[in-house]
Amino acid sequence: MRRLLIVALLTLLAVPTAIAVEPDEIISDPALESRARALSKELRCMVCQNQSIDDSDAPLAHDLRVLVRERLQAGESDQQVIDFLVARYGEFVLLRPRFSWHTALLWFGPATILIIGAFGVLVLARRYRATRAAEQETLTAAEADRLSDILRGGRQ
Amino acid sequence: MIAEFGHYALVLAFALALVQASVPLAGARKNDPVLMAVAGPTALAQFCFIAFAFAALIICYVRSDFSVLNVFENSHSAKPLVYKLTGVWGNHEGSMLLWVFILSIFGALVALFGANLPARLKANVLAVQSSIAAAFLLFILITSNPFLRIPEAPFEGRDLNPVLQDPGLAIHPPLLYVGYVGLSISFSFAIAALIDGRIDAAWARWVRPWTLLAWIFLTLGIAMGSYWAYYTLGWGGWWFWDPVENASLVPWLAATALLHSALVMEKRDALKVWTILLALLAFSFSLIGTFLVRSGVLTSVHAFANDPTRGVFILGILALFIGGSLALFALRAPMLKQGGLFAPVSREGALVLNNLFLVSACATVFIGTVYPLALEALTGDKISVGAPFFNATFAPLFIPLLVVVPFGPLLAWKRGDLLGVAQRLVGAAAVAVIAVAVVFAMEGGGPILVPFAIGLALYVMAGALTEIVERTGLLRVPLATAFARAEGLPRSAWGAAFAHFGLGITLLGVIGETQWSLERIAELRPGQSISIRRYDLQFDGMATRQGPNYRDLAAHFTVRRHGDFVGVMEPAKRNFPSRATATSQTALMTRGVSQLYLSLGDANPDGSLAVRLYYKPLVLLIWFGALVMAIGGVLSLSDRRLRVGAPKPARSKAALSPAE
Repeated sequence: MRRLLIVALLTLLAVPTAIAVEPDEIISDPALESRARALSKELRCMVCQNQSIDDSDAPLAHDLRVLVRERLQAGESDQQVIDFLVARYGEFVLLRPRFSWHTALLWFGPATILIIGAFGVLVLARRYRATRAAEQETLTAAEADRLSDILRGGRQ
Repeated sequence: MIAEFGHYALVLAFALALVQASVPLAGARKNDPVLMAVAGPTALAQFCFIAFAFAALIICYVRSDFSVLNVFENSHSAKPLVYKLTGVWGNHEGSMLLWVFILSIFGALVALFGANLPARLKANVLAVQSSIAAAFLLFILITSNPFLRIPEAPFEGRDLNPVLQDPGLAIHPPLLYVGYVGLSISFSFAIAALIDGRIDAAWARWVRPWTLLAWIFLTLGIAMGSYWAYYTLGWGGWWFWDPVENASLVPWLAATALLHSALVMEKRDALKVWTILLALLAFSFSLIGTFLVRSGVLTSVHAFANDPTRGVFILGILALFIGGSLALFALRAPMLKQGGLFAPVSREGALVLNNLFLVSACATVFIGTVYPLALEALTGDKISVGAPFFNATFAPLFIPLLVVVPFGPLLAWKRGDLLGVAQRLVGAAAVAVIAVAVVFAMEGGGPILVPFAIGLALYVMAGALTEIVERTGLLRVPLATAFARAEGLPRSAWGAAFAHFGLGITLLGVIGETQWSLERIAELRPGQSISIRRYDLQFDGMATRQGPNYRDLAAHFTVRRHGDFVGVMEPAKRNFPSRATATSQTALMTRGVSQLYLSLGDANPDGSLAVRLYYKPLVLLIWFGALVMAIGGVLSLSDRRLRVGAPKPARSKAALSPAE
């Protein structure tokens, strides 16, 4: 952990002098290469601050990009590559966390809030209807007179 | 001596802040006008002392006084003057001082321009405002004092992080901080209303301009930060869903929701409790944002453990203000009287929908940002939440919002006619359909969502114009009449149209950049060229240039379009000897609203050079749209009704009152 921090610090200080994906990494098969790029965007460069390995110029990101391409060239599916990396580095490597019990709140949070909010709006709408209905029922003769006065343009 | 004066001024400001936070509050309780009147002058005096301290730190930086630890750590004698100045807030201690300085400016503004506020409200607002200042001043004095001396002064400073030596990042923090801190005013007003247990439409009329002001600065600050990241970081992205960015987006979303709900409250006296809650939340998010960025907790939860005093202090401030305000809300909100009713289909209804989606989007970003931190702190599990998560969750919440946007201003208050509004939006929908067809024909096969996204963006833009077109009678009446009517339209109507139009522009830029960007990665030798779209870039060679405190190794590229010379691009690697670090300087060439973007990689021993070249269509629209949004904010701010106390012609008052 301590070493990881030091590495992170060093990469932060030694600001980019290189670009992310380097020319010699690119593989000749365009279909595989575009799969590799798409995968790279989902994988975290673990020594960087919230960068994908596609964006990062850290040496580790370079190694991972090469690794992803090697695995794809060996004929593995995207899922197999991801599984391999997760087995090696843990879930930390995924920028889109997998759904599991400890990410349930993360994935369901937005929908839950939207639903609760929508429910609140519905309650508001119902209360409006109820109040209107109640008002219509309880309009006394005096109120009706006053109302028609007002509607005719009179002011109190 | 100047550093000690600055330090002492901070101590005095802290003492004044304590007075201002307590005496007016007691005065408001006892209804004692003398005690309440203490608030104004102390707010001004507090501002003067903090301004003095801030000026003292600036002087230390300008003089390169390396006996001051903060200057030694963040400055260098050879640094250009402008970066000596901006270095003041390029570090933790200085930026905290800037934060509290802006806070005191806002306090002083309320004291100066609040003459027409009810005395109790003013006293309470200034007291709450000052309690925030007191907490921050204590934090600075105890844990983050920028005026600490070094016993034996070094000859040279360590220099500011080269990444921060950039005009974009020089003005980004102040813009953002004005936005963050500006939200403290609506927070203070909300707390004051809760303390008093009273709230009326005049309250909303007061809160809206302050929120609007904060929102304008937040918008500009976020856009500036995004553009900075785009041209600095060298891989052409403009939004990374980085926690630091999210920390500013969350308050922006909350402030946007607040602006809209305060509108309902002002016009229709409804949604009071909700507006108060939003005002509390918006500033709470600002506080969290400031501290997430400043505490270092984002890099690692362990940063907290490394510096326990700061961490504990920060948690204490957050708990006090967020927990305290929400507890007060829970106690007092039931006492507030609910306001006017409205039909589900009405402008209020549309604004409620707006709030629903904005708040959900805000919560999504917030949860995604703090979730990994919370999970690691609680269970020790480390996960990452990055761009793929946010793209997957944020977009579905924002798209329905965009569909609703044009309906809002067209619906009538209280009870609207959905069908009628839909008919009036036929023009906007037609624009969208044509756009979808044209883009689809041009694309001929790309992702099917792209034409629809472009259509949505144009629909939002055309929808924003619909109200203006209708109210001026453009296309129906003679042009001169339409212009005359346009002048007579309330500024706030123009403001809304501009802001919504800007939203559409930004969306257009986002889609263009993300979907149509082209990328070339290559190794070039001098004389070789690389082409992208219709442009050819020829690599002519490398040259060195000497800057004030750096040395550039620049590559010279000649850009031709169809063989015609259009310009040169000179991306560079910039070496800062004082820190023994280098930055990559990208080269940008603007073509209309699109850009060519060129950044350098490593030079190989064989003389070839790795380059990364992008063609970014419509990319400038992203920030241009934000600018238009901010202009909309300024227009709305200049509306007569928001300039509280501005004389109102009797005629318009009579004309308006039946509608209100």
